Amino acid sequence: MKAKVHITLKPGVLDPQGRAIQHALASLGFSGVDDVRQGKYIELDLGDTDHSQARARVDEMCKKLLANTVIENYLVEIG
Amino acid sequence: MNAAIVVFPGSNREQDARAALLQATGREPVMVWHRDTEIPDVDLILIPGGFSYGDYLRCGAMAAHSPAMREVAERAKKGVAVLGVCNGFQVLAEAGLLPGALLRNASLKFVCRNVTLRVENSQTLFTSGYEKGQTLSVPVAHGEGNYFAEDATLDRLEERGQIAFRYVGNPNGSARDIAGIFNETKNVLGMMPHPENAIDPLQGSTDGFPLFSGLVQALS
Repeated sequence: MKAKVHITLKPGVLDPQGRAIQHALASLGFSGVDDVRQGKYIELDLGDTDHSQARARVDEMCKKLLANTVIENYLVEIG
Repeated sequence: MNAAIVVFPGSNREQDARAALLQATGREPVMVWHRDTEIPDVDLILIPGGFSYGDYLRCGAMAAHSPAMREVAERAKKGVAVLGVCNGFQVLAEAGLLPGALLRNASLKFVCRNVTLRVENSQTLFTSGYEKGQTLSVPVAHGEGNYFAEDATLDRLEERGQIAFRYVGNPNGSARDIAGIFNETKNVLGMMPHPENAIDPLQGSTDGFPLFSGLVQALS
C-alpha cells in the first residue's frame, strides 16, 4: 500500500525559497505568477493492508517526524 | 564542572566545544555518540553545531529522535544544564525542548561571519558571566538560523525573560532579532551563534568565553 504525503509551510511562515523560484520564473518570462510556495512530497511503501490503520500510522509518522507541526501542514493520501 | 557533548553523524563543531569546555573547566568533556542511551552524570550537556544527518528532511529533525537525545530530554527535565549551539539549537527545537523553529535564512544566503549580540538576560546559569545589555562579537555560520514562533509564544518568551541574546544587525530574519532562547526553567539554552569559537584572541574575539566560565562558576 502506498502513502503519499504532501508537506507545506503554514500560511504566514516565510518561504524565501518560494520567492526565489517566483523571481526565477519571472526572469524566464513567465508573467502573472503572483506567489510561489515550495513544499515536500514523501512517498511511503507500507506493508499495511487496512486503509484506516495505514492512515492512522502515517498520520502519527507525520506528527512525530515527517512534518514539523510548528511550521508545516501535512496532507496524507492512502492508496 | 563535568560536561558531555553529544555527537551525531555530521556534527562538526564538537571539537571546538570540547576545546572551550577544556579551557573553562580544566577537564575533558565526555563525548557521547548519538546511539548511546547512557550519558554519565554531568553538570552540562552540550549539543554541538554541524550538519547532523546531512540536514536531511529538516535540520536537526532526525538527530532529535536519536537514543542519546531521549536521555538528554530526561536530564533536562531533572534540571541538568543543556546548551544547544547552532545545529544543537535546531535539534532542541525539533525535540520540543525549546519552543519555535529555525527556518531558512530570509536572504537565502549561508551567513558566515562575526555578528554582534546583545545579552538580554544575565540572570541565568549560562549568562551569569555577562552584564545585561552587554554586546558581544561572536561568529555565526548557518543557512537555517531564522528563528520563528507564533506571536503568542514570542510574547511569552519576552514576558518570562526567556530571550537570551538578540542580534544587533539581524543576519537571518529571526523574529524579534532573537539569537538564543531559554526554556521556561532556564536550564536549557539554544543559540545560533558559536560562543565556542570566540574563546581565544586568535579567533578575533574572546566574548564567547564568559558563557563557559560563567557556567563553571554558577554550577560549582
